[in-house]
Amino acid sequence: MKKIIFFIYVSLFILNWGKAWSLIEVDITRGNLNPLPLAVSPLSVDQNSKEKFKDLLKLDDIGAEISKVVENNLRQSGLFNPLDPKAFLQKPDIAHVKPRFEDWALIKAQALITGEVKIVDKKLRVEFRLWDILAGKEIMALAFTTVSENWRRVGHIITDKVYQRLTGEKGYFDTRIIYVAEEGLKTSRIKKLAIMDQDGFNTKYLTLGNELVLTPRFNPTNQMVTYLSYFKNLPRVYLLDIETGIQEVVGDFPGMTFAPRFSPDGKKIIMSFAKDGNSDIYTMDLESREVEKITNHPSIDTSPSYSPDGKYICFNSDRSGYQQIYVMRSDGSKVKRISFGNGLYGTPVWSPRGDLIAFTKLHKGKFYIGVMRTDGTGERLLTENYYQEAPSWSPNGRVLIFYRETKSDSAGKGFTAKLWSIDLTGYNERMVKTETDASDPSWSSLLTD
Amino acid sequence: MTNNIIISSALHLLLIIITALSLPFLAKKPIDLPPIISIELIQITDKTSIPYAPKAKKIIEEIKKKEKEKLVSEQAPPKKVKKEKPDAIPLPDQQKNIVKKPEEEKQNPEKIDDEIKQVSEFEKKELFDPNNIAALIDKSKEETAEVVKSDNKVTQSQRKSVISSGLTLNEEDALKAQIFGCWSIPLGLPYNEDLLVRIKLNLKPDGSIINSEILDHARMNKPGQGFYKVLAESALRAIRLCQPLRVPTTGYERWKEIQLNFDAREMLQG
Repeated sequence: MKKIIFFIYVSLFILNWGKAWSLIEVDITRGNLNPLPLAVSPLSVDQNSKEKFKDLLKLDDIGAEISKVVENNLRQSGLFNPLDPKAFLQKPDIAHVKPRFEDWALIKAQALITGEVKIVDKKLRVEFRLWDILAGKEIMALAFTTVSENWRRVGHIITDKVYQRLTGEKGYFDTRIIYVAEEGLKTSRIKKLAIMDQDGFNTKYLTLGNELVLTPRFNPTNQMVTYLSYFKNLPRVYLLDIETGIQEVVGDFPGMTFAPRFSPDGKKIIMSFAKDGNSDIYTMDLESREVEKITNHPSIDTSPSYSPDGKYICFNSDRSGYQQIYVMRSDGSKVKRISFGNGLYGTPVWSPRGDLIAFTKLHKGKFYIGVMRTDGTGERLLTENYYQEAPSWSPNGRVLIFYRETKSDSAGKGFTAKLWSIDLTGYNERMVKTETDASDPSWSSLLTD
Repeated sequence: MTNNIIISSALHLLLIIITALSLPFLAKKPIDLPPIISIELIQITDKTSIPYAPKAKKIIEEIKKKEKEKLVSEQAPPKKVKKEKPDAIPLPDQQKNIVKKPEEEKQNPEKIDDEIKQVSEFEKKELFDPNNIAALIDKSKEETAEVVKSDNKVTQSQRKSVISSGLTLNEEDALKAQIFGCWSIPLGLPYNEDLLVRIKLNLKPDGSIINSEILDHARMNKPGQGFYKVLAESALRAIRLCQPLRVPTTGYERWKEIQLNFDAREMLQG
């Protein structure tokens, strides 16, 4: 009996003890979305290398120039707030070796990028480090060597690595954008294919402007582009090898042909064209040149886009009476309508992450760029304007680039077309710098993985 | 007649040559684009040029051998600091013994370089660490806090929530609001994955942090757990940025140990 009482007593004591010392738990489910303050210290360059770079590239301080590229990229992303270099207390060369964390914390930096550029065997060697100021430690250190003409890409690669380390997803900075460069009055536009870095630098024109070009699209390996051009008023689908400049005709297609796009493996092109008066979706095998009909419906089916795994295709169709977005298996089976909102939906594009579909929506005379989940739920309209369309995803599926036009008068004056980007939050909307007016952008995948 | 044919042929030939040279689609000139050059990135962490005291490396190696499972404490435990005379500057070697141990094991046991760098940083911190001075002052605070506690009147409703969560609703809200402001959520994280970071804190009476410990620390360096690592680091940054935390002025025993569960899914889902 005594034993039982003793046992109960001990049990109660243990239970009570446990209660008295239970750990307080607090759930933190919200945070801020303010851009992270960080410092991009100019990359240090020794005097000898500085002189050599000056001869080679005509740049006074290549270290500072590369840092500006990084700073600009990070600011454009909307997720980071690069601090003013005038506030930096430590010299770049010393900061790269041993940062005084107290000094950087003083200017409210939470992360610091330092680096060093040298010339080694006529090549540019870069070393950079990312520091966590609050933890007081280095969290990434990488080095690479490249040709000195590539110096802007060096900045983009550094940004990609920093972005990935701090946000958890891959970056999108070492990428290119292909688009249609436009000049002249609206009534007599000259359109050329153009390619540039994602930040608007290094623009090159790929065609001369004597033919109308439309809808250029990158293939997954970046080296090839498919686009539509009119030859003797007949639409032709072209393949262009960016590295060699050689282009070839994939085929002449009857009637209206729209928006050729590569499959994720780059082996096929998917597009829509009108045959026997009816517009359907077709694929063409680039090796065998065999054409396969994917949809077979009396309605107008256009703008096909593959899911990143190649198993599904989204497209738009007016089979319900109004233009809406549909999803089907890549063999054309199991067609399912996914958009049910008011207005017309077009140009669906599957996100590289596979979770969302971007689209253009026309409702009450306004154009919207929006996203929805692949089952049609969670529709979010990111931006509204007089005329805008053709969204294209950044390779990490966080940012969309599209083009926006302004009204012109009856003589075609006052008309502009510009590229814009917006991220998935809908807050970070920016105009993308281009040399001329621009439309139909397509974003490449990362040049360096 | 023959002459005419020759002249005509020559002119035709000339015309063809001019056409071939002038028409761009026949010329097929390569486009002047900078080539896409593949770039190989090299990890240079192990070649870091950061100087360190040679003795520090030995000590770290010793520590590594001895302890393999201890977790993070970002700051020196106050007790050890208290023993030192404030005006006696400790030697770097001694410092390492005190500070280094808890630091190293938790985060990157395999990365020697980071550890070496940290040693030199901590050496520096130890020479003049405002937190440690605070710890000395806090000792007295702690004692007075206990006295005040007995005098403090707690309402019945407050008592109820204290029993259930350990903090009153007001206290919990104040703490949450403070950390919400400090936590920059990494927006690239996937919202549909199990990403919950639990951090246990040991606090001083003034709310500053004695040490912090990631409860699933083993996950930090596992391959394929990059997202977890990014989230955990952002949570640690938030805690450091926020300290001293807004803790109640009384009842130190109750909240001297506290667990924060960081969960970004709600925010990431938009």
